[in-house]
Amino acid sequence: MIDPRTSIISNRLSKINRIIAVSSGKGGVGKSMVATTLALSLTMNGCKVGLFDLDFTSPSTHVILGAQDLQPTEEKGLIPPTIHGLEYMSLIYFVGDNPAPLRGADVSNALIELLAITQWGTLDFLVIDMPPGIGDAILDLIRFIGRIEFLIVTTPSLLAFETVKKQVALLCDQKMHIIGVVENMKQDKARGVESETCNLGLKFLGDIPFDSQIETAIGNSSLLLETAVGKKISQIARTNILAEKKKAYYGLQSNDF
Amino acid sequence: MKLTNATFTKERTYSLLFRNILLKLHKEGYFMHEWALAEAILSSAKQIAEKERVTTVTEVTIRVGELQQVEPPILRFALTQMKQGIFEKTKFRILKAKSTLKCRVCGTAWQYNTKKVDKATSEAIHFVPEAAHTYIKCPKCGSPDFEIIAGRGVWLEDLKGVK
Repeated sequence: MIDPRTSIISNRLSKINRIIAVSSGKGGVGKSMVATTLALSLTMNGCKVGLFDLDFTSPSTHVILGAQDLQPTEEKGLIPPTIHGLEYMSLIYFVGDNPAPLRGADVSNALIELLAITQWGTLDFLVIDMPPGIGDAILDLIRFIGRIEFLIVTTPSLLAFETVKKQVALLCDQKMHIIGVVENMKQDKARGVESETCNLGLKFLGDIPFDSQIETAIGNSSLLLETAVGKKISQIARTNILAEKKKAYYGLQSNDF
Repeated sequence: MKLTNATFTKERTYSLLFRNILLKLHKEGYFMHEWALAEAILSSAKQIAEKERVTTVTEVTIRVGELQQVEPPILRFALTQMKQGIFEKTKFRILKAKSTLKCRVCGTAWQYNTKKVDKATSEAIHFVPEAAHTYIKCPKCGSPDFEIIAGRGVWLEDLKGVK
């Protein structure tokens, strides 16, 4: 028996110029905040952007966006609703605020289902908020979206960077494109993460200051972009993502299904 | 039962009536999820046919799991609306599979009963069957940690064709 869903994924993503997974080896480093703010910043720069919350068991981008009462529309699959200019897809449409206790195989199945039925249409960027680690979600993205790019988030903590190194090793081994590393929640001027990133042969995209006021901006996208965190991520978006020559990725890739 | 001309005409009338109702609902935006799945089935079948150098696909057998509640008449309608090229003469066989869930904690196996869940839950599971882990619990021990061992979603079971 053959699972027919996997054959349509490439087609569903074919009109998206760049797909960026915001990822980390460790939880709690601010991936969701970086992913959401990055997506909003790209939108503010006139791009058509989608945001896909792939952290199925602990989704939080809907809280950052202040998304309420959103539902996708049925049209030859599911068309994501738009919030603050973003096309937004999340498992919360189907599970609400209830817990979704999923094992690895379930995460994989739900991911394939949503990739197969979501009609993103034409986008400049699809930003994906990843769950932490090198489990099912990242392996499935490598398997199904050969052209995906990774933006890696760490904190100044040695513990976070240690897990980042493992993720980088996996991605490099699988010849995946890594845009670079951002150092989140920076509280001093130490340059350990920057030099370690360079030692790995990766681009250090910048540091994002620790901002105790960021909590007040949760649920308010305009305020979020005005915080020190928002401004820094916008700057990283302009200098490291928008400045890159747009890649013509329309159509099938050799290692896509 | 052997169909007489009269019963054949009657059945055909119902069939056309049903098709027209589905077409109307399709235009009004209903049942669109089945369209995405039908598209995936044809895409997958096309890949297999090309690999096997099949020029005309005569029959495609599809297995639909009870958990996702994909309606065979709607899926068939979507498939026939979309079929072209190597699928122009294809007959679609759609078979159902009972959905069996098995608790990982106490080992109880049970069958998912669509009639026992409310509409909103049923719809969530229809789009993403893994949402079942949010709404369904083991009838014996109450755990949400169960395995969907049969009848989850849509599978391409067999393909017949002419080379």
